[in-house]
Amino acid sequence: MRPYIREKKVFGFDDVPENTCFEAGYLVTVNSGWRSIRPVVNTDKCVGCEQCYLYCPDGVISIKDNKAVIDYDFCKGCGICAKICKPGAIETEAERK
Amino acid sequence: MANKIADSISREEFFYGHKACAGCGGSLAVRAALKVLGPNAVSVLPAGCMSAVGFNFPQLCFSNNSIISTFAGTASMLTGIEAGLRAKGYKDFTAVGFAGDGGTADIGIQALSGAIDRNDNIIYICYDNEAYMNTGIQKSGLTPFGARTTTTPAGSNIHGNIRPKKNMFEIVAAHGIPYAATASVGYIGDFIAKVQKASQIQGTKYIHVIAPCPTGWGVAVDETVEIAKEVVDSGLWYLAEYENGEYRLTHRPKEFTSAEAYLKRQGRFRHLTEDDIKVITDSRDEKWKFIEKNFIV
Ligand SMILES: Cc1ncc(C[n+]2csc(CCOP(=O)(O)OP(=O)(O)O)c2C)c(N)n1
Ligand code: SF4
Ligand code: SF4
Ligand code: SF4
Ligand SMILES: [Mg+2]
Repeated sequence: MRPYIREKKVFGFDDVPENTCFEAGYLVTVNSGWRSIRPVVNTDKCVGCEQCYLYCPDGVISIKDNKAVIDYDFCKGCGICAKICKPGAIETEAERK
Repeated sequence: MANKIADSISREEFFYGHKACAGCGGSLAVRAALKVLGPNAVSVLPAGCMSAVGFNFPQLCFSNNSIISTFAGTASMLTGIEAGLRAKGYKDFTAVGFAGDGGTADIGIQALSGAIDRNDNIIYICYDNEAYMNTGIQKSGLTPFGARTTTTPAGSNIHGNIRPKKNMFEIVAAHGIPYAATASVGYIGDFIAKVQKASQIQGTKYIHVIAPCPTGWGVAVDETVEIAKEVVDSGLWYLAEYENGEYRLTHRPKEFTSAEAYLKRQGRFRHLTEDDIKVITDSRDEKWKFIEKNFIV
């Protein structure tokens, strides 16, 4: 299972764990706002070679039905996937918010 | 289309939602290694970018057990974790450290040397971005000759760092460690294979992976993988292993691409003169003479 976003709790001083332990893989904020470009997979061109999946520093690409799928909640728009893709199946467009 | 490398590692992500800069090579190294080691990896991260971007309470981006160590104490904390879990009766786990170049070659070298001396059953991965990045790009013992950092500025007299990069791989190998390797995030399959191999070996394992930092190197965020490949292709870094007392190359560039091209595309080297570049290419050629002579190639 992919890590997922939890509900953002409001932590008062009393809720902060006294020891320095807390649940692993606990995500409350996304990284989508970091993007100035958005990588878009052209499924006609994607051959499912998984190179983009291997090289994405954020691990946000997965392969479904032999095609690359991007988790836009956490993609930072670095563009590494677009450069690594030999068939040129990932195009980058300006992020419009 | 089957991809053998992708099929050899976990489909799960263990380093997700982290706050590393876009295109961070260090985060790619940590992500890939954890996908090899799986959910039972217990990771130790000293002060440095990977702990800073991974643990922002309550956003905790490691989904395996992970802990921050003191800056100097990556290896000693690994020793303690391995001994503690073993004492508790756990068998199926891997204690793995991810320390930066500063955390490894400078401040953490004593703890690392001690762990290798005791042959503790741990994997130590140095993600080398060639400076103290988390505090704003200061020179470390692994900053290469000529690189401009905030503590080795480039002016008309001195052109960046005046000292060569420490040879951590051979320093570690000189301990007679069971397994040591160099790698680069630009050759992710080679790196993954080395982490896999390390996970099968008993005793201390050390992997030194070049992990470009677009912020500190002065390259675009989409160039990380390219530049990590180019440092190998130009012969300025090499992919090798040390095992059973022998050094072995795991990748041999047919002929080197231009070292000058590699250097000049990065902001930190842009000030270099022809003479500086000659110093760098000469030391590369010396290094390769040594490799040809002493490594199994
Ligand atoms: C004993 C100690 N000295 C200094 C620091 C401040 N400090 C935190 S991270 C860091 C830089 C780490 O550099 P490196 O190990 O190369 O990792 P990077 O940040 O480049 O990933 C420094 C100097 C500290 N946390 N502890
Ligand atoms: S690298 Fe390109 S072709 Fe290969 S899986 Fe990714 S998008 Fe598809
Ligand atoms: S742009 Fe960067 S973060 Fe986004 S999917 Fe591509 S490689 Fe991953
Ligand atoms: S400063 Fe460099 S090493 Fe640190 S998170 Fe950013 S890209 Fe990664
Ligand atoms: Mg560093």
